[in-house]
Amino acid sequence: MGESNISRRTMLGLVGGAGVAVGVAGTSLALGPSGVAQAADVSAPISFYGTHQAGITTPAQDRLHFASFDLITKSRDDLIALLRAWSAAAAQMTAGHPAGATGAVDGHPAAPPDDTGEALDLPPGGLTLTIGFGPSMFDGRFGLADRKPAALAELPHFVGDALRPEISDGDLCVQACAYDPQVAVHAIRNLARIGFGKVSVRWSQLGFGRTSATTRDQVTPRNMMGFKDGTNNIKAEDTQLLDEHVWVPQGDGPAWMTGGSYMVTRRIRMTIETWDRTSLAEQEGVIGRTKKAGAPMHATGEFDELDFEAKGPDGKPATPMDAHVRLAHHTQAKGARILRRGYNFADGSDGLGRLDAGLFFIAYQRDPRTGFVPIQQNLGGDALNEYIRHVGSGLFACPPGVAGPGGFWGEGLFA
Amino acid sequence: MNTPRTRMIAAGAFAATAVLGLAACGDKADDKGGASNEIAVTATDSECKLDKTQLSTGNYTFVVENKGAQVTEFYIYGENDVIVGEVENVAPGLTRKLSVPLKSGTFQGTCKPGMVGDGIRTPITVTGDDAVAADDAELSAAVATYKTYVATQADELVKLTEQFTTAVKKGDLDEAKRLYPLAREPWERIEPVAEIFGDLDPLIDGREADLAQGQEFTGFHKLEKDLWIGKDIKDSGPIADRLIADVKTIAEKAKGAELSAAQVGNGAKELLDEVAATKMTGEEDVFSHTDLWDINANVSGAQQAIEALRPVLAKRDAAFLGTLDTAFKTVNDTLAKYKSGDGWKLHNELTQTELKELSDVVNALAEPLSHVGAKVLPTQ
Repeated sequence: MGESNISRRTMLGLVGGAGVAVGVAGTSLALGPSGVAQAADVSAPISFYGTHQAGITTPAQDRLHFASFDLITKSRDDLIALLRAWSAAAAQMTAGHPAGATGAVDGHPAAPPDDTGEALDLPPGGLTLTIGFGPSMFDGRFGLADRKPAALAELPHFVGDALRPEISDGDLCVQACAYDPQVAVHAIRNLARIGFGKVSVRWSQLGFGRTSATTRDQVTPRNMMGFKDGTNNIKAEDTQLLDEHVWVPQGDGPAWMTGGSYMVTRRIRMTIETWDRTSLAEQEGVIGRTKKAGAPMHATGEFDELDFEAKGPDGKPATPMDAHVRLAHHTQAKGARILRRGYNFADGSDGLGRLDAGLFFIAYQRDPRTGFVPIQQNLGGDALNEYIRHVGSGLFACPPGVAGPGGFWGEGLFA
Repeated sequence: MNTPRTRMIAAGAFAATAVLGLAACGDKADDKGGASNEIAVTATDSECKLDKTQLSTGNYTFVVENKGAQVTEFYIYGENDVIVGEVENVAPGLTRKLSVPLKSGTFQGTCKPGMVGDGIRTPITVTGDDAVAADDAELSAAVATYKTYVATQADELVKLTEQFTTAVKKGDLDEAKRLYPLAREPWERIEPVAEIFGDLDPLIDGREADLAQGQEFTGFHKLEKDLWIGKDIKDSGPIADRLIADVKTIAEKAKGAELSAAQVGNGAKELLDEVAATKMTGEEDVFSHTDLWDINANVSGAQQAIEALRPVLAKRDAAFLGTLDTAFKTVNDTLAKYKSGDGWKLHNELTQTELKELSDVVNALAEPLSHVGAKVLPTQ
């Protein structure tokens, strides 16, 4: 596919040339009337407003900065004021403008600027900002206990979980995705600054490469294990699947979540070094797909249907019984389907000289109890578990989109 | 102390204030919050010459030089000889200063050689907006309040540092360790003022980690290391002598420092930056772990700056002042949890969770504090 073959230099060229066209290109990434996503323009803005939040079915951008926040205020009014201020800043930044009334350089010279400035001169970069509310926000501090959706039930313990509380959970989260990492980091940094005194960053995560395609015209990217990831993902074009498995329909829990979705995040550390010294055949058996094409073990094309009954030349199942794709597949996991939107990460190395790398898994679904949970439970016997460890976890209710200027994230929750 | 980077930023802020003033005020006081437009007054036994007599409303400092043979006085009289300002006992050969805010009207600059009679009078005409003059007077009053505070703390600094260095020289390890965090408190309350005198700050408060190659390790933190790590102060005498000498010099300079209201406000912000940058991490008092003494002193110094500016802030942005008050209260309440006896818990006795909570409330205060400087600029 063309897009991923564009060199960095060409991309920069595109970016430069897009400056003038930004205004008219504003909606080029939105779903067209047919529900088919347009080709990604890496510099254009994506509208902040809409029925659903952007950043879910939006063609997965290349970079991520994800932040989880704890509310340190005890005031409901503060929380509402924060969501208003964040929504206003998010609308400005996703349009490619600086945050605040006077931006980065047009305020009073004796005062610190409203915006931190590192995104000046950069195009909007396909920035999307997606908010989620964690279960702990509904603990009674803000009078929201009776509005907690049942779907926001605490995740059960899964086999092999090695979760660290300091990089798990949070009252709120913001997922910032963009084609330029500086644009994504700028957005989180400015939201955190606006939030000082009301929220405190609990943990944050940078992702340097998308691991999922969320539209048909995106190439399936590879994860840190070198395998194509997300071949069978729900795509933006699968509108029926989206309605069935991703978007919260009316009557499904509290009304304020209608049009929203539930997000599960998992920081999955990969023991890359041991994986790398595993034979190709074993790697392919663990995943259940070929490494080069990403094809099922019994087929040749990436998008050929998985047939779990297919036998290999030795008469054994072509896709091993403990292969990752088998156990994760909806036909094997109570029909559960999720929209994956994860990112590769590499946060330097650990004290033993090993890369601290892996997958920052993000999944959207209508209800985690019938989405991520049964899949992850089914993965208890996954051959892949030898090479991965879940060290961080998050669960968030992502409200519907903000209808237009003046509205704010989660407005319905406070109505 | 500040890292070199923060100091550079601070210097930038000062420069910006000056440029602003010039651009905005033309021939008016170039920094109306404090240091103001100077008018040279040459007093002799027979003359009283002012180098400017047509003024616009604002703050002025009359620099009175007595070139006569008699002791003189200088007065500014308003209508009906109401005294607007005076400076007495200017001996021959001496120069003294008189700072006054001037509203519109006619005034008499008056020298009184021999300090008797009606004096030699030079009329001064002031034109312009009186609201601006009133505003200037408020800013000047705020600065004056803060300068009084600086003077008190400078005296306290000398007193306590003297006790500390005396204990060091006596070889009294326990007493010196007890006094170390106490002597630092007045320093930490007014450090942004001390930092104006850039060469002395590193000698007094330089951290070992900030030394350039070949630079000598002196001051509080060298003695801190001798006390807590070396546990031996028999060779620390010369460092102690130098510390008290440097502290005396900087205390005098700090008392005489000319400040603007914006500088007072920025100083409060810098104090909180100090907390966030090196004290929250325990890098300031890395040997003694007495960072909480410093943190509390930084916060109380910032609070005094805001107290001085309170009348101005109350008028200009009462809601903002309310935000500051709430944020100060939260920081103080949070700090209070770590009181221990007459002092504080050690930095390494706080858990990561406790430090994070403290860091959060410090950030919540520092963010609005960063806007104080711009809010107390002179009205144009």
